[in-house]
Amino acid sequence: MAYPAQYRYTREHEWIQVDGSHGTVGITDYAQESLGDIVFVESPKVGDKLEKGKVFGSVESVKAVSDLYAPVSGTVTAVNEELANTPEKINTDAHAAWILKIELSDPSEADTLLDTAAYEAFVKEETGH
Amino acid sequence: MSTPAAPTALRKTALNDMHRNMRAKMVDFGGWDMPVEYSGLIAEHLAVRTGVGLFDVSHMGDIQLRGPGSLDAVQHICMNDASRLEVGQAHYSAMLYPQGTFVDDVIVHKFSDNDYLIVINAGTREKDFQWIRSHAQPFHCHANDFSDYYTQLAIQGPRAAETLQKLTATDLSTIRNYRFTWGTVCGLANTLIARTGYTGEDGFEIYVPSDTPTSERVWNEVLEAGREFGILPCGLGARNTLRLESAMALYGHEISEEINVFEAGLDRYCKLEKGDFVGSEGLFKVQSEGGPKRKLVGLEVIERGIARDGYPVLDLDKNPVGYITSGSPAPFLKKNIALAYVPVELAVSGSELYVEIRNNPVKAQIVPTPFYRRPQKQS
Repeated sequence: MAYPAQYRYTREHEWIQVDGSHGTVGITDYAQESLGDIVFVESPKVGDKLEKGKVFGSVESVKAVSDLYAPVSGTVTAVNEELANTPEKINTDAHAAWILKIELSDPSEADTLLDTAAYEAFVKEETGH
Repeated sequence: MSTPAAPTALRKTALNDMHRNMRAKMVDFGGWDMPVEYSGLIAEHLAVRTGVGLFDVSHMGDIQLRGPGSLDAVQHICMNDASRLEVGQAHYSAMLYPQGTFVDDVIVHKFSDNDYLIVINAGTREKDFQWIRSHAQPFHCHANDFSDYYTQLAIQGPRAAETLQKLTATDLSTIRNYRFTWGTVCGLANTLIARTGYTGEDGFEIYVPSDTPTSERVWNEVLEAGREFGILPCGLGARNTLRLESAMALYGHEISEEINVFEAGLDRYCKLEKGDFVGSEGLFKVQSEGGPKRKLVGLEVIERGIARDGYPVLDLDKNPVGYITSGSPAPFLKKNIALAYVPVELAVSGSELYVEIRNNPVKAQIVPTPFYRRPQKQS
């Protein structure tokens, strides 16, 4: 699956789509592929404050649990309630199945993230080819 | 995206290239490069519960004990009573340390009065073979390691018999549960066909020559035969969730050299009355000292959360009292289940405990095991 050019990425395999001070966050196709069948998403609540680089929740597949790391700092403005009952949507389309929306406290933080080419290179490195 | 090459240190089954070509996700399992899933763990699990699945379990070890003293050796080394086995019958058993804890759990097959096959776990193959060889020494028999000679395939699920029946003239309906025979399978004469498995489902395990062309041919023929039943190749991921729903022990989790037979609740496979064997004295000692202090129980997580291997179990006052040995979402039951060791006085079906899930106490209830029991066959 292609990594959308307008997204930015973390080395922990989250993506964020930034529009001014608004961000939408999910996990990458590589992340869902490595996890396998996702059965549980633990999200923060609306109003929670996230700090860049800190754990804000987790995604669990049948066989593993994986922490979610905040790509930027800010305040949660929405969580994708749909994932509570259909977490497998992340497997189907990881780049559309967003986990939360965030109001960035410092929009310039997004510039420190990987762009699509850099993320693709990073994934290549991780898989060893 | 091609799959990365396995580090050369990992051992491979004859089907390794096949798994990689089928784009399986591979993992290091006890030193073996094995498929963990192909199409997806949940789909594979459900295929076995409702149709049929195919597993490469060639990493399992096969030790033959042969000679006039072979029964005496088996009786000395294994806790179940092999004198009760008929030719063509197998049973679950285990090898114990003198204190009554586990060297490994095994399946013992009686080939003849002086020929037994012990199927052992992959991760403990070398240790087990040394253990068997040294403990069989005083008896008039030979221990032979046949592990590398066979590709072992497990065909499991309610449609397993129909699938395999297409590939053999042997009438599979005459093979009862935990019985075996030899027949021609995929044109291979004298193939061991056993009605055994590790999924809680009906099914068979077959042992074919371990050369790659033969192994790949049989693998493909089984997949073709099962196609109309929706057969899926299955990895170790589904194998683990299937055995967990059926509450079957996994070495290194529910059983180990730290855990004794009574704690693991495997007494029914342990025949102390058969006479002395390695571990019997230790178990009598456990009994004379008042029995086990902890018990393996089944847990169902009733609040939101998934219990995982190693997570602490807390009492209702939130004091640590035990730990999870295996925990996972159960794909067929659609519950979050676990096996755990807790103090005997807390091992009461229906009572509630907490599982500490990533620093949060989450409520769980002790439930009877197995979590899943297959429907009785009408035929």
